[in-house]
Amino acid sequence: MVKEATVNGKKVETNSPPTGMQVIFREFSKDKLAMFSLISLVVVIIGVFIWAWFIDQETLMRVSLRDKYAAPGEKFFLGADQGGKDILGQLVIGAKNSIRIAIAITLITGVFGIIVGLVCGYFGGWIDNMFMRIIDFFITIPSLMIIIVFVTIVPKYTVNTFILIMSLFLWTSTARLVRSKALSESRRDYVNASKTMGTPGILIIFKEIMPNLSSILIVELTLNFAGNVGIETGLSYLGFGLPPQTPSLGTLISYANNPLVLQDKWWVWLPASIFILLMMLGINYVGQALRRSADAKQRLG
Amino acid sequence: MWKTIIRRILIMIPQLFVLSLLIFIMAKQMPGDPFTGMITPETDPARVEELREKAGLNDPWYEQYVNWIVNAAQGDLGKSYTYKIQVSTLIGERALNTFWLSLVSVILLYLIAIPLGVLAGRYQETFLDKIVVLYSFVTYAIPTFVLALIFLFLFGYQLHWFPTVGSVDIKYDPGTFGYLWSKLYHMLLPAITTALLGTTSVIQYLRSEVIDAKSLDYVRTARSKGIPVSKVYSRHIFRNSLLPIAAFLGFTITGLLGGSIFIETIFGYPGMGQLFISSLSSRDYSVITALVMLYGFLALLGSLLSDIIMSIVDPRIRIE
Repeated sequence: MVKEATVNGKKVETNSPPTGMQVIFREFSKDKLAMFSLISLVVVIIGVFIWAWFIDQETLMRVSLRDKYAAPGEKFFLGADQGGKDILGQLVIGAKNSIRIAIAITLITGVFGIIVGLVCGYFGGWIDNMFMRIIDFFITIPSLMIIIVFVTIVPKYTVNTFILIMSLFLWTSTARLVRSKALSESRRDYVNASKTMGTPGILIIFKEIMPNLSSILIVELTLNFAGNVGIETGLSYLGFGLPPQTPSLGTLISYANNPLVLQDKWWVWLPASIFILLMMLGINYVGQALRRSADAKQRLG
Repeated sequence: MWKTIIRRILIMIPQLFVLSLLIFIMAKQMPGDPFTGMITPETDPARVEELREKAGLNDPWYEQYVNWIVNAAQGDLGKSYTYKIQVSTLIGERALNTFWLSLVSVILLYLIAIPLGVLAGRYQETFLDKIVVLYSFVTYAIPTFVLALIFLFLFGYQLHWFPTVGSVDIKYDPGTFGYLWSKLYHMLLPAITTALLGTTSVIQYLRSEVIDAKSLDYVRTARSKGIPVSKVYSRHIFRNSLLPIAAFLGFTITGLLGGSIFIETIFGYPGMGQLFISSLSSRDYSVITALVMLYGFLALLGSLLSDIIMSIVDPRIRIE
């Protein structure tokens, strides 16, 4: 990286290693497939949100028996489902809901996991011990089953309850990763130097250690996002995800539980499956490119 | 060695205790009790109340909890409302099906993963390696239920290569060869799906292990003694890389159990995962509680198994 600096009134060119966003940008410009995945993901996500804004849910959800299982054609681009409802419209609304909820869960678990991880890694001692026991417990229990049971017994079940239930069980892996990184980071010289200068612990954690872990955190959040899309659509597929009035991609795929639909009416469930498949591949690919740029040994550029 | 194992088991006890408490509280939150299903318009409410009293449902919660644990430890998990048989009998049948499916899946998983991992590591940076890396990336990214549905659609309904539902063809009698073959045949597609999706961690681990081993002294010594390359790979490197893979076994089993919910539901395979989902739809709470407890116990057992194998294989991680 060539930079210009002024020394004694003269302009000099200096070389400094690329940092932060520059590294990520260089990695993506070296890996064309990752660049393509990133751009198409952004376009698809923004597109889905804008399109969903134009769709009138009332008209979309109106049952019209005349169009029951209408094949793809002029009236419905991707055909219609059991109630004669447009699949394409449901796909867009479902994608919007799935993405929005996955983002919400990722942010909640991310913030909580990062704070717990940083605090445990920096302070150690009994706080660390306590949280590690809790995390160990969460990791060994069959969380998928317990989430499902929670979903069935919670009274007045809404999207927000679903997000909270999922977050309750999914923050632990982030916390564990961040803790191990913060633990090694807090033994570095710059942290010790800062300590001797009397900087309060909170400031060291959030202003000094966290920026140094930022690349790892970005990778973790991206991969978590992919994982959360998978879990949410999976649960909705089983019928224990989003409430029925909020269609998800998983809801659309769950129509395939009827063998007749699975066999003959591919347009009902296949588009949503392929959408999830491509989206998961895209997010994970971007996540891997980010991971490479976070690790100096693996960088392409 | 024994110290480590005993220590590890001692850690498991509080975890089991907290898990059982959590499940007990959840079970209490579930609407209804074993007598709700028996109530008909002719039932005398006083009689139901009497039965409840007798079954201990009016006792304080800690007494109920102790009773529940003591009964569960003796194998008495209550009665299923829908099937009207003992939960332990019901789960026993299904558990056997899940066990066989998991066994076939694990065997297939290692059959796919071990050669791919070793070959990718041996021919690093070649076309073959790139294909294996791509494969392990794709299978890592695909959600279980999407691939399972697509496979069922493609190989079950379109190509008719595999049966689409059940665990055995009813036309065969138990004990015959045809019966066994039919069982295996029904397991094959779900097992292949599970195996394909589970290979990523084993492949990646084995690949990097082989790449690291290439430049180690013992490999160079073996080569300089004149041992052919293929023998160095099959005898020296493979053996050293395989031991840590054994330690994954426990985690693999735990992972399979979680995935079995999706796989069994989609392929209509009558195992524990499918029982769990169908019990939820019929609100068969005694079965649900027993299944969550069992899965939790198996998951703990899986991680215990992994830790024990790991400490046998690698003495460095033994806790003093």
